[in-house]
Amino acid sequence: MITGVPVQYFLILATLMFFAGVYGFLTRRNLITMLMATELILNSVNINFMAFNRYLYPQKMEGMFFSLFVIAVAASEAAVAIAIIINIYRRFATINVEDVNQMKF
Amino acid sequence: MINFGYTIWILLLPFLMFLLLGLAGHKLKPKLSGLLGTAGLGIITVLSYITAYKYFFTSEKVDGAYQKIIALNGVWLQLTENLHIDIGILLDPISVMMLIVVTTVSFMVHIYSIGYMHGEKGFERFFAFLSLFSFSMLGLVVATNIFQMYIFWELVGVSSYLLIGFYYTKPSAVRASKKAFIVTRFADMGFLIGILILSFNTKTFDFISLTSLTGPAITQTGGAAFMGLSVLTWSMIFVYMGGVGKSAMFPFHIWLPDAMEGPTPVSALIHAATMVVAGVYLVARMFPIYSLAAPDALNVVAYVGAFSSLLAAVIACTQTDIKRVLAFSTMSQIGYMMLALGVSGYGGHDGLGYMASMFHLFTHAMFKALLFLGAGAIIHAVHSNHMTEMGGLRKYLPITHATFLIACLTIAGIPPLSGFFSKDEILTAALHHNKLLFAVEYAVAGLTAFYMFRLYFSIFWGKETHYHHTPHEAPALMTIPLIILAIGSVFAGFIPFSKLVTSDGMPFESHIEMSVAVPSVLIGLIGIGIAFIMYRKETAIPDRLAAAFKYSYKWSYNKFYVDEAYIFITKNIIFRYISTPIAWFDRHIIDGTMNSIAFVAQLVSFRIRGFQSGQLQKYGFVFVTGAISLAILLIYLWK
Repeated sequence: MITGVPVQYFLILATLMFFAGVYGFLTRRNLITMLMATELILNSVNINFMAFNRYLYPQKMEGMFFSLFVIAVAASEAAVAIAIIINIYRRFATINVEDVNQMKF
Repeated sequence: MINFGYTIWILLLPFLMFLLLGLAGHKLKPKLSGLLGTAGLGIITVLSYITAYKYFFTSEKVDGAYQKIIALNGVWLQLTENLHIDIGILLDPISVMMLIVVTTVSFMVHIYSIGYMHGEKGFERFFAFLSLFSFSMLGLVVATNIFQMYIFWELVGVSSYLLIGFYYTKPSAVRASKKAFIVTRFADMGFLIGILILSFNTKTFDFISLTSLTGPAITQTGGAAFMGLSVLTWSMIFVYMGGVGKSAMFPFHIWLPDAMEGPTPVSALIHAATMVVAGVYLVARMFPIYSLAAPDALNVVAYVGAFSSLLAAVIACTQTDIKRVLAFSTMSQIGYMMLALGVSGYGGHDGLGYMASMFHLFTHAMFKALLFLGAGAIIHAVHSNHMTEMGGLRKYLPITHATFLIACLTIAGIPPLSGFFSKDEILTAALHHNKLLFAVEYAVAGLTAFYMFRLYFSIFWGKETHYHHTPHEAPALMTIPLIILAIGSVFAGFIPFSKLVTSDGMPFESHIEMSVAVPSVLIGLIGIGIAFIMYRKETAIPDRLAAAFKYSYKWSYNKFYVDEAYIFITKNIIFRYISTPIAWFDRHIIDGTMNSIAFVAQLVSFRIRGFQSGQLQKYGFVFVTGAISLAILLIYLWK
């Protein structure tokens, strides 16, 4: 238990991580990097869950369960995403997201 | 109570035969399919005669009147609690009589066709259509309700269309079949309107409750009036419009002469004996309503009939195509039947006209079918329809000649042949009712005798024509029906019709009225005499007369330009001033609205389609911006 650290610190950290993830997702052209940015977003949410659970309802555990679920889902999602990226690479010989633009008008 | 349940086979058998010949006919030998069709019709002819015998001589009468018997009835379409369309079989004097007429003539025509159509392409198709026609016509005559009648009414129209256009590679036949279908269909629109008005006001389709003397149609004649006539009268006039179309009365007669493009046995069956009298049958079926509740509509029937019979008789005098002469003669004789109904009263001896009409329908079916089949035998021998290319055929075609002469004498009303009796009853009925109509019909009787014998003398006497091939008598398959029908024409007059077929089912005594019979025979003889003088030998009289009455001859020869009037009205008036603006409105306003909506949508979508660029990160940017904007909006601005 980290005493003396107010909840706002955790929330600021989570917000920074979240927007760093969004920024990475929108600016990086490499699909793998974008995937990593997505993980950053998910983890920022996990921190929020944990912080609120700990500070607001210390006797309950729903926030932790949620975090565990998010971690599990993020792991499987990463597997699926990597599979998609491998397929994209086989098909287009690139993982630059700007070159993968066949789905348009 | 006698069980008439077997009468269902009268309907089913020809229908099954149609399916068999229509679906599997091309696999059968032509001869076999012809024989099958004929055998099927033979069976239902026998059934019809049995039915007629049982109905007229063994069925129970109530107070001496023949009853209407529902042999079978089933609900076909249940629309609401009260409104349902049934299919069934109704037996009453006129429907039983029509069963006899239709099956007899149809059977004769079937036998004849085996000979006449021999070697034609589509032999089995012909017999399939004949079976379809027989089925439809029989369904029409035994209809238990007006809607069933309408259904079969359209079916006979379709069969007529198919058979007129039998030689579908011939453009004139195709035109004629289209014309027949469209003209009758137009008239049937009136019939449908009439049915709807009538059943809306009476809440029933059923003939028995419609024509019941205590039924709603007859007792509740009131109701809103339009242009001085009650709603019921209007509905009966509309119903009669259907009859006018089918029976080729003025002004819807234009399809009948053209319908002669079909094979001759078809003309005999459909366009002389059975289908074209459906209009007469319809009026007879609804007769109690016409007579008791809508006398104005009945007057329309009488005048249209009289005018048509006169018009057709005048036209028939100048035509040279033998089948067209017979077609106009048919129209004229049906006009007689319509007139007889129109001048008739209801019940007992007042119903003389009704009886006379049915009587004439019966005898006319025999002798007109005979005339057409005879004409077919002549065409078969000479390979031409035009009487100008015939002459002196009596030596080559003795049997045809004898039977044709009998038929001509019958239609001219010479006693003791059947036409004399029925025509005499009609003239008597007309005399008692309306002197003007009597005078018209009296003149038509003379004209009939004249044009029929003009035809007869031009074909069998007249000039000695040189033929490329010596004409030969038709085969026995064709002459036997001629002989049977000739016997029918001779003796049908002795059937005591007034005992059997009357307006209210009660038999009454009818007798030959000498004051009518003698003058009508006289005018018939005068007509024959004039024809004898003009056409017995080749003379210059016809040409001189034609030259002397140039204009009337020209008008009559061109059928009083009714066809041209139709063309003028449709092409120059309806097409130009109604159809063209409607077409313009449809193309420019209706289509234009739809097209401009589509055009605007397309325009907008071309402008905005750039948003869908395929760039994943652009979508993400828009999504994130939107989410943040919504968050700001909901948290800070939405109070």
